[in-house]
Amino acid sequence: MELFLQSIVNSLIQGGFFALWAVGLVLVFGVMGVVNFAHGELVMVGAYCIWLMHAQYETPYLVALVLAVLVVMLLGVGMERFLFRPKREDVLGGLINSIGMLFILQVAAHVVGGTGPAKQVAPPFSGTLVLGELLRLPYQRLFALAVSAAALLVLFYFLTRTRLGWSLRAVALDREAAALQGININRTSMIAIGVSGALAGLAGALMAPMTNIYPHMGHNVIITSFIVTIVGGIGSLSGAVLAAFLYAFLHTFVTAYVSGTVATMSGLLIMVLVLIVRPTGLVGQRVSE
Amino acid sequence: MSRRALVRSAAIAALLAALVVLPHFLQFHHQDFLIFLGINVLVVVSYRLMTLTGEWSLIHVVMMGVGAYASALLAKQLGVSFWLSMPMAGVVAASVAALLSFPLFRMTQFYFLIGSFAVGEAIRLAWIYFVFPFGGSSGINNVPVPELGGLDFFEPVTYFYLVLAVVTLSLAILYRIENSRIGLTLLAVHWKAPLAESVGVDTWRYRALAFVVASFFVGIAGALKVHYLGIVTPHQFGVGVMVFVLIWVILGGYNTFFGPVIGAVVLSILDEAIRQFNDELSDIVNFDFAVMRPAIYGVLLIVVIMAMPRGLESIAPNIATWLRERRGR
Repeated sequence: MELFLQSIVNSLIQGGFFALWAVGLVLVFGVMGVVNFAHGELVMVGAYCIWLMHAQYETPYLVALVLAVLVVMLLGVGMERFLFRPKREDVLGGLINSIGMLFILQVAAHVVGGTGPAKQVAPPFSGTLVLGELLRLPYQRLFALAVSAAALLVLFYFLTRTRLGWSLRAVALDREAAALQGININRTSMIAIGVSGALAGLAGALMAPMTNIYPHMGHNVIITSFIVTIVGGIGSLSGAVLAAFLYAFLHTFVTAYVSGTVATMSGLLIMVLVLIVRPTGLVGQRVSE
Repeated sequence: MSRRALVRSAAIAALLAALVVLPHFLQFHHQDFLIFLGINVLVVVSYRLMTLTGEWSLIHVVMMGVGAYASALLAKQLGVSFWLSMPMAGVVAASVAALLSFPLFRMTQFYFLIGSFAVGEAIRLAWIYFVFPFGGSSGINNVPVPELGGLDFFEPVTYFYLVLAVVTLSLAILYRIENSRIGLTLLAVHWKAPLAESVGVDTWRYRALAFVVASFFVGIAGALKVHYLGIVTPHQFGVGVMVFVLIWVILGGYNTFFGPVIGAVVLSILDEAIRQFNDELSDIVNFDFAVMRPAIYGVLLIVVIMAMPRGLESIAPNIATWLRERRGR
């Protein structure tokens, strides 16, 4: 029972992270048509920022968190300007450039953090909320859950209630038609990857105190994001969020009761199943040719 | 035989002769390098057959692993001779590919890329999870070396000749396939799929055929690798390795048969040079440049894709055009 309750809470927290990862990937794919393989590395950079600024140079955690979001956002914008924009009509080219960036960022992390064991950051919010006799909730985890939920709400408000958000969705639906309506494609691309980078940096910064930080940590992020994106329906943000929480529940429970390897394996197989049986995903819509 | 064909046969014969003599002038370390280079050439050329249909898969290296595991298990657990287990490795990889064709080729393009990645990663996790028979994370070790008469296959030069023979034969077959009716149909499936279908070409079947044949040859490459190393682990076939194969193919250029070979050879030599440079330099400066190697690859990847979208293979034709234009002026 204790494991069961604890797993439910862990699933919710994991789901928040999965959603932050995947939503950024979906946004960039939708607006720019680029599969950003370096997306996991953006999360990694966010986590390294916390390690460097908070754990090494003792910047207050919240300040470091904001700085991490800004750093990764700028990194994303730079990638759009110099790597993805020149390759806008060339899907394979954009993908290859993102793979090149992936290597560069991993090595940068090696150089900054040095080789050796994975880094750990002491949780800045100590203390645990104890509910009843069974449930223990460290404040750090509650903080992460609250912030990721808030970030997702702000994103949805932005996309559905602001003009800028509308223009982003218009570009995702039909780039040429949007351009003909006078929407600046360069600017929307830059905003899309800026938001994507900010969310990735936020996820990395929130995760940093409760995970191992190492240069290849993005691998897991990108696999999970792909699973979530495809199960949710490519291009669908609400689908991605729904799938993120469903997959988090599956992954957490299978990990708790069977093994982590089986959890990832079943996620991958579910993804293939969705691709075959219902390529539009849970929420996505059929696109006519 | 036309003059052009004659020249080409002579060039290939000279190249093979050079490769036969070459290992005798090299140190052990470089002989070792040459063996892996030969195996990698087979990996990229078989991958190219796949890309002819326009589908880029991320499962190729995992199929190499299927061959490697098959050959290792056959040789170690059942005592099958290498000379039988190597072709069997190809057959097993081809059979697995045939089975996987049913789900995988319901997808195309980006969806196929991701689908093939997921299936490949699931197979790799199965090797880790099922300790029997795959040996889990540490894999299978003490895989026997080939035996033939009095030949010593522990000796890298001997093993290199084995690799050279198998790879040359495989390349010849792959070249024939590409230039046959089947190869042309594969190209038609890529560029004019609706048209090909309208004249009765079953595009699904040809995509699957390319996948099965490519898997057969990469399975053999896997067998060659495992019997040389003596060990096979799941980590040898991760997506990171697949990315390097992609880099070789794309940097070399995938529009001609020899483009991927150029990519694999040039980048492997470059990689080796960086490694040696690093060994010498790290004695002087206290910094390990080995961690920098992926970044060098990354920068190179971006520079080439930006400057030469058609890959290294386009250098020679570009220079030829440039010379012709100069002469014309």
